[in-house]
Amino acid sequence: MSLSSFALSANLAAVLYTVSAVLFILALRGLSSPETSRRGNTYGMIGIAIAIFTTILVAGFGGTGLLLIGGGMALGGIVGAIIAKKIPMTDMPQLIAAFHSLVGLAAVLVALAAFFSPDSFGILNADGLMKGGSLLELSLGAGIGAITFSGSLIAFAKLNGNMSGSPILLPARHVINILLGVAFFFLVGLMMSTGGTEPWMMWAVIAVTLVLGFTLIIPIGGADMPVVVSMLNSYSGWAAAALGFTLGNLALIITGALVGSSGAILSYIMCKAMNRSFISVILGGFGGDAASAADGDKEQRPVKRGSAEDAAFIMKNASKVIIVPGYGLAVAQAQHAIREMVDKLKEEGVDVSYAIHPVAGRMPGHMNVLLAEANVPYDEVFELEDINSEFSNTDVAFVIGANDVTNPAAKTDPTSPIAGMPILDVDKAATVLFVKRSLSPGYAGIDNDLFYRDNTMMLLSDAKKMVEEIIKAL
Amino acid sequence: MSAMIIMAGGVAVSPLVFQLAIFVLAIFVGYYVVWSVTPALHTPLMAVTNAISSVIIVGALVAVAAGTQGGSSISTWAGFAAVSLCAVNIFGGFLVTQRMLAMYKKRER
Repeated sequence: MSLSSFALSANLAAVLYTVSAVLFILALRGLSSPETSRRGNTYGMIGIAIAIFTTILVAGFGGTGLLLIGGGMALGGIVGAIIAKKIPMTDMPQLIAAFHSLVGLAAVLVALAAFFSPDSFGILNADGLMKGGSLLELSLGAGIGAITFSGSLIAFAKLNGNMSGSPILLPARHVINILLGVAFFFLVGLMMSTGGTEPWMMWAVIAVTLVLGFTLIIPIGGADMPVVVSMLNSYSGWAAAALGFTLGNLALIITGALVGSSGAILSYIMCKAMNRSFISVILGGFGGDAASAADGDKEQRPVKRGSAEDAAFIMKNASKVIIVPGYGLAVAQAQHAIREMVDKLKEEGVDVSYAIHPVAGRMPGHMNVLLAEANVPYDEVFELEDINSEFSNTDVAFVIGANDVTNPAAKTDPTSPIAGMPILDVDKAATVLFVKRSLSPGYAGIDNDLFYRDNTMMLLSDAKKMVEEIIKAL
Repeated sequence: MSAMIIMAGGVAVSPLVFQLAIFVLAIFVGYYVVWSVTPALHTPLMAVTNAISSVIIVGALVAVAAGTQGGSSISTWAGFAAVSLCAVNIFGGFLVTQRMLAMYKKRER
């Protein structure tokens, strides 16, 4: 029994897909400010609903088909809704990585489905062989999808702590990657020349790219994960776009292009914030133990240590304080404590704002979300380029859980691994209060000269404990 | 799907070229729209782009329709699995974005 009597005309369907693509553009446009963002998200939901209903009407399902898609959507929808409700904001990077892997896997499955039912997907030539162009699109969709899937699984495991964050360097990894890449294009060529009559070639394309996803991401260290997550975001878009061509679906083509360029821009922003080239991130190997051997002789330099009471006294008597939070703040779960401390300071008449480095968290914008969750108003939170000039007329820079992003070596030492990385100029503030568990170097494994300066006071303790003690002393 | 014919100067243009043109223009739209996103909302941006890239569910729906109506059973089950995975992403992605965006508040004055 087919419901094709309800089927929409192809033209009307194309118009509806365009409407949903426009709604997706508006969803992204809304994110230009927090006020418009919520409405934008609603546009996105409407857009996807239109795309789904249009497809259901166009495809014309039988009873079994409707049962399957209804069941699949209910099942997936419930799981998704529960995850979205339960996930802690600190786990957002690994959640996004996990979601990317699902999009990647879905792309692989859709490509497989089209490959095995070419007639229904309208990708057959008159001679009964598959169109070369369609085979190319399917291979690209399946290949990029498979890389996204396995790469995101690795990114998830690294971010979630199931796997060590330090890079795992396989011997001859570049050769392996190049060989896998060559094998992919060889298989695609072979498949196109045989008109897709040999299913093993499609399976081989998927197998090769699955392995490639693993070998590409495994050597990349934890410090570079913001770039990797953005890059995989981009890939999931390109995979969708490739399949959009096969399906002749405008919503898919446009959305794929939007998501692809969005992820690419975020990767670029993250690379720039770390002064690393995209290529060097992809080649991997950064953020290991390489630099930890060099700092042995520096440990003996004198540092000025302070107590929570000292910190409270200094900040209470300041007129302007800038809080510089880093990922350590989230690890210590000290976001709420810090907001409480700032509330107390504001009662004392102190002007307080927050300065965020682009790579302060484990993904783009992560720290902003964590502060928003702790009820920090977003108009007190500033980006690096907007606040950096203010440090010179600031009484106290309160650095908590951040290290490398404040390290003056990025500017002064051209041999430093972070040389040229834009940093927050906390050293220009009259006093720097540095909350840190120990004097150990940061994620990039580099000693921070700031610890030993005269105007720096080290508050060596767990971030949350220290902030709570300061609150008590205020 | 249906092959439409676009005429340019009396010569038929392949639908692929037409689609490529849309694709390229959409990349430019994406480029300008994403640069206007405030850095404070980059995490919600990633969550929402993830949700909308799950529009690939349209391919999964077509797969189930194809598989259940004379196509390969591989298509049916691959399609079913893909529909379920996309649904996780669509509901999960939009709802978690909504949850994040609800937290962004202005200073009380």
